[in-house]
Amino acid sequence: MAASFLFSQFVGGLTTAMFLFLIASGLSLVFGVMRVLNFAHGSFYMFGAYLAWEAMRWLSPSPEAFWPAVLLAALGIAALGFVVERLLLRHLYGQEELYQLLFTYALVLILGDAAKFIWGTGELSVSRPPILASSLSLFGTDVPLYNLFIMVLGPAIAVGGWLILSRSGAGRMVRAASYDREMLDALGANVGGIFTGMFVVSSFLAGLSGALVTPIISIVPGMDVEIIVQAFIVVVIGGLGSFWGTFWGSVIYGQVLSFGILIFPGFSLFSVFALMAVILILRPWGLFGRPIR
Amino acid sequence: MRTSRFIAARSIPWTLIVFLVAAWVPWLGSRYDTFLGTQIAIDALFAVSLNLLLGTTGLVSFGHVAYFGIGSYACGILMKTYGVPFILAFPASGLVAAGFALVFGFFCVRLSAIYFAMLTLAFSQIVWAICFKWNAVTGGDQGLPNIPYPSFDWMSAIPGLGDLRIADQFYLLTIALVALSLAALRQITRSPFGRMLTTIRDNPERAAFIGINVRAYELAAFSVAGGFAGFAGALYGIFNRGVFADYVFWSKSAEVMIMTILGGINYFWGPPVGAFALVWLNQEITSYTQYWPFVLGVILLVLLFAFPGGIVGGLVAGFGRVRRLVYRHA
Repeated sequence: MAASFLFSQFVGGLTTAMFLFLIASGLSLVFGVMRVLNFAHGSFYMFGAYLAWEAMRWLSPSPEAFWPAVLLAALGIAALGFVVERLLLRHLYGQEELYQLLFTYALVLILGDAAKFIWGTGELSVSRPPILASSLSLFGTDVPLYNLFIMVLGPAIAVGGWLILSRSGAGRMVRAASYDREMLDALGANVGGIFTGMFVVSSFLAGLSGALVTPIISIVPGMDVEIIVQAFIVVVIGGLGSFWGTFWGSVIYGQVLSFGILIFPGFSLFSVFALMAVILILRPWGLFGRPIR
Repeated sequence: MRTSRFIAARSIPWTLIVFLVAAWVPWLGSRYDTFLGTQIAIDALFAVSLNLLLGTTGLVSFGHVAYFGIGSYACGILMKTYGVPFILAFPASGLVAAGFALVFGFFCVRLSAIYFAMLTLAFSQIVWAICFKWNAVTGGDQGLPNIPYPSFDWMSAIPGLGDLRIADQFYLLTIALVALSLAALRQITRSPFGRMLTTIRDNPERAAFIGINVRAYELAAFSVAGGFAGFAGALYGIFNRGVFADYVFWSKSAEVMIMTILGGINYFWGPPVGAFALVWLNQEITSYTQYWPFVLGVILLVLLFAFPGGIVGGLVAGFGRVRRLVYRHA
């Protein structure tokens, strides 16, 4: 196999990985702090994509409107997350995990049909912003600038998120909440506020990644369920609730998917699920996570 | 006084009564009613088998559909590819499903709550990926169409049943097999083994203290539940005249879980009631609108926020309230 071919597989895998990281990081943060597995995270991502498309139409016919549209979509989804957490999810915290899971699944069903109702079942697409429309030749492979941008944005968000979590006061509260929420509550901290904040940040990330993915893949119903399964695999590999684990989990997932197709054509789906099962059996808390009491 | 009435209510053979009532459907109802009845009976068995884990043992399996699908494929492959008669293929499909549940369950029961749910989901998706891609055996994305009906010569020989259509005869066979399976599951939940599962659900540490091998009990429950799900799957493949990879997809696990919770996980008859309600609602609503998932989501929200005990739980609480009112005023 030519080196340039392997390189292009590697770059393809890395682009997938960085998108998955943007999506899965929100899922993982919410699980780490709130112990809620949010199935609706994929639906927020899909709504982010549709909102970005909608915002492009409102703002202007020029493709320059891409950046404000992305920001509007992410903020819109953050607002949706705020409403969902404050009005509904909040009332289920005392309940069993099963009820919280089913609640987020109910959102998947409702939002999935709402998207079909509002935007129909056809494919929608958004063109790449003009600044990033060209591509760069690297080691004999043409890599679109937009993909390079995503490959830079992923690690940037990872480092930024890690700095906030490990260095800032708010980050310290979040880490404390994920270790022992009762103790934090007893110390007088506003745990309810932390939960709302985490859910809003997580929704923002879902909306942002949905909006950013629109120049690469077309927007279709069903993209919500497709992505949530992949995001689950990523967080399980890295460790539910572990921030860096999610990052490396995405990188591993992207490469396994990218090279798995070469080794077992047609069985790449199988290889990632098998990887997930093996990790759950050997290290249920993931490669980078820590055991949960 | 109160205990004796309690025991009397318990000893009513509900399974037999429901079976005897349901057996009249081919004569009193339409072709459509038989169709719905078959669907409800199969879903009821599937949901009760899940509830052995969910309600009785407290294990949240998000991949129960794997064993339903394995049973379905086992029965379909045996009957279509190898021409094995139903009377052998049916028990074999349950055994194959129970065997797979034993192997997968061995790894799953070692994990706690959320990881257990994730690993069951991962295994079910592995089964799905294999069914979807292994063209030579499972037919891949085309599935296995044209699964033959079982031979009904024996049933036609019974006076009064000979002139029924084959779909009606299959309905009678289905409700008989489902009734036998439900009776068996009822016995299992009432047996000392079943009681121990409930003890494990309520307090696994205490169960371990009194010398119970918690994992072995959970594994046994997982395997038994998988076997009965396999029976349901075997019937479902024949009912739909084909086995397809969709039967193993994870959203179907969520569907049966909704059915179970809709009926009420704390009651043996909850899941069948949930199956009845959901299948019937699905038929009613899909004739008006294509947005059935939306309606299902709303039902689920109402259930979670207003009736967490499900339909049967809500009814029992309602009756209790009425009885207290009556006693107070008597």
